Formats: sequence, C-alpha cells, structure tokens
Amino acid sequence: MARTEQEILAGVAEILHDVCGIEPARSTVDKAFVDDLDVDSLSMYEIGMTTQDRFGVELPDEDMRGLRTVGDLVDYIRMAGVSA
Amino acid sequence: MTDGRPAGPGCPVSEDREVVVTGLGTSSPVGGDAPATWNALLSGVSGVRGIKEAWADVLPVRIAAPVAVEPAERLATYETRRLGRVQQLALLAAREAWQDAGAPETPPERLAVAVSSGGGGVGSLLDQYDVLRERGWQRLSPLTLPMYMANGPAAWISVEFGAAAELHAPASACASGADALARGRELIRSGQADVVLAGGADAMIHPVIVAGFAAMRALSRRNEDPEGACRPFDAGRDGFVLGEGAGVMVLEAAGHAARRGARVYAELAGAGRSADAYHIANPDPSGAGAARAMRRALADAGVKPGEIAHVNVHATGTTLGDAAEAVALRQVLGPGLCGASVAATKSLTGHLLGAAGAVEAVITALTLHHGVVPPAVNLDEPDASIGDDVLRAVVRGGPGVLPEGAAAALSNSFAFGGQNVSLVLRRRS
Repeated sequence: MARTEQEILAGVAEILHDVCGIEPARSTVDKAFVDDLDVDSLSMYEIGMTTQDRFGVELPDEDMRGLRTVGDLVDYIRMAGVSA
Repeated sequence: MTDGRPAGPGCPVSEDREVVVTGLGTSSPVGGDAPATWNALLSGVSGVRGIKEAWADVLPVRIAAPVAVEPAERLATYETRRLGRVQQLALLAAREAWQDAGAPETPPERLAVAVSSGGGGVGSLLDQYDVLRERGWQRLSPLTLPMYMANGPAAWISVEFGAAAELHAPASACASGADALARGRELIRSGQADVVLAGGADAMIHPVIVAGFAAMRALSRRNEDPEGACRPFDAGRDGFVLGEGAGVMVLEAAGHAARRGARVYAELAGAGRSADAYHIANPDPSGAGAARAMRRALADAGVKPGEIAHVNVHATGTTLGDAAEAVALRQVLGPGLCGASVAATKSLTGHLLGAAGAVEAVITALTLHHGVVPPAVNLDEPDASIGDDVLRAVVRGGPGVLPEGAAAALSNSFAFGGQNVSLVLRRRS
C-alpha cells in the first residue's frame, strides 16, 4: 500500500528526532540536512540505515549523497515505494 | 603575575594554583547521583544483586553491581543512540558535577577534561560485533568506533562543555579514575587550565567480561548472597564484585574558585603514582608499590603520615589485594593508623573498575566535607592476618565521625598491570 507524502514526512521527522534529537516540527520538506538541521555525515548514514528499517527502502551511499533536503529523502522513499 | 598562572617551569606554584574540588557528580550502584550515593552509603545500602539475564545462568558468577538508575532515564533518545553506555554514565556525572559547581564561566581554552575508563566502550563494540555477524556490515552503527574508543567519554564531555584546553583519558585499568584526577590536578598546577572536569567511568557488565574475570578467579562466587558477596578484610572474602558507574569532579584553581565565591568541598592536595613491576594481575604482596604511591601522594601534598585522619581503601575483597594494601598502609602510616578511620566502600558499591577511584574520591571529599565516614559491611569475621591496626580502623556498624579541624585523607586505587595511584584530599580551613 502506497504511503502518502504526509505519512512519509512524519516517519522521516521521527527518524531525525531519534537519531539527531531534532524536534519533529522543524523537519519540514524545505530544510537542508547539513545547512539547516546541522546533521553530520555519520548521522546521515544512520538515518539511511534507519530508513531501511522503517520503510524497507535501500539507500546506497551514492544515492544518499544526492539527498540535500528532508523533501529529497521523502521523495526518494515515495519513489522507491512506487517502483517496488 | 596577575592572573594567577605560574610564570613557567621551576616557578613556585602560588596558593592561587592550589587545586580545589567545587563540583561532584556520580552514578553508582547505590545511587543515581552524588547525594543519593552518599546517603545510601551512610545507610549501608548495598548495590550488589543477582544478574537477571539468561547469559549468566551458565557462568560461575551470577552477581554484579549495576547502576541504581538507568542512564537512559535521563537522556534523550538520540543521546542513548549516539553514546555508548560508559559515555552516557560519564556525561551524566559531568553534567551533575558542572551544575553542582554552579556552572563556572570559563573560557574554552582554560577548561580541560581528564576522564578515563578502564575498558572504554568494549560493551558497545561487542554488541556491534553481534550485529556484524548476524546482519552484516551495512547494519553496523556508524558510531561503532566513537562508542568504543577509550577517550570517548572524555571526548563527549569536551564537546558538550566546549572544553578546548586539553583532553586526557589515561588508561590505567582500575586506577583510571584516580589517574585522571591526578592528571586534572597537574593541568591546573602547571597552568594549562583553570577548571578541569576530571574522573572516570566504566560499564562492563557483559558476558565476556564477567566470564573473563571469572576465568581469572577474581570474582566472588557468593551467588546466593549478593549483598554479602563483597567482604573487604573479612576472612571469608572470595573476590570482588563487578560494578559499573561514573564519578566526575570539577577541579578548579583555588584562586579561580575564590574569585567567583564557589563552595569548596575539599582540596585535591596531592597525587602519587607507582608501578609494582611484579605481575600482570596480582599485587606485590610486599605492598612496596602501593606504599610508594601513597608516600609520593603525601610528599606531593606536603602532608605527614601522622596527619592522615582517614583512608578510603582500594580493598576490593580479593584475598591477595586486601592483604597487600594492609601491609602497605602499615608501612606508610605506621602508628598513625590507630587514630585514622578507614572506609571500605566497595563492600556496598562493588568494584567500579575505572570509575572506582573517581567515585571514591567523590566519597572522600564528602567524608571530609560532612565529617562523617561511611561504614563498611560484611566484615563479620575479620581476617586476623590483615592486622589489628587496620581492622580496628575500619568503620562498621554505622557511620563514623571524623574529628573537626584540619584533616587530610588518602584515597587508594590499585590496578591490574601493577599500576598504583593514591590521592590526598584535604579540608580547606
């Protein structure tokens, strides 16, 4: 069953909270991981791992490097869900 | 010289650079913080209990002393994910000590960290090894190595408090906490820092660690009587009890503390180190190394043996270790032992390994501050070979009283590898 963008965003916000301590309300689609939310590279890898646990979506390093904003990750998960 | 810093090597150290203790933080098997730990010790509450996890069922040792309050209860989710258990305990103790000291305003380049650990994040490493074998490298935490590294606890404290002067994590097994406090003292005396967060932490209640110590025959096997298991100086002692915890002190240059009107628990007046150069794990039965560390600490503090009013002994409850310490105490303090009190606090807390020296320094500072000595338990049948002078000095059956006025105390820590560290703490008049 395809998830809505809102559901995915809520899940991503929860991951960012658990991994980095970012308040869920701050994790909006326009926020950049590094510049706005101060997420470091090690935390990005952990976010990738947790994304796989939660959404069943593989996130290879080369794809991860292309994700700049929360919205990019939400879209990536949504598209992977569609193609699966 | 208006800022109280020494001009350089060889320059006499001014009173301003004496080292005082202005903040205390502790997580121990008997209490979640320093006041709770202190109150539990005075009431004779034991932190030793049976290990509930199934892994202990196949081991000859099924008792340990876990911390009284789980660190996760006081940390955010992201902090428990990011920090290994030993780092969690160290950071919480540092936060407590910092608040207790009144959060002294200190420029980053004048604030240092000296916090060590006997085993670092070995528990985290072993957990991640399980992940590697069961789920593959892609599932490993990206923080596996930062959680494991021995300077991890000190490093997280440095990051959180912006302590940029220096960062130390002397690995000295069970003397680590005391060694780090000695290092912290040196940083202030030498003028490298004005304030130091110093202490030790360990969290190694893990199957392979318990089994490893059991293989050495180092642990008590009194599984049916956890609270009676750690018996310093008792004839029935059969080993130590593995504990976990953390102790951190805010050490401060006396002038710095005076200028901001800080409360002072005690002065960290001296530190002495030595090595047995005898055996990788057993203590030298002659007590020579332990005695040398104590003498060096006394000399460093300018305190005569007769001025020692109190000793927090290392006494873990092993046959050899307790006996060697008693011999060393007699060599150093001689007849002075008769007038001194001895606290054998591991009888209640178990042995906190690299945290032990730091937690016991916290307890010693509180002993001097309150003038009350926490009692030992389980000394039911004193081992006559220890000697009457030491046995009579051990406070038991309820808290003891430390005489008013000037008083100095020793806190001993001895480690596998033959590493010995003694600290002298002194009341400030």
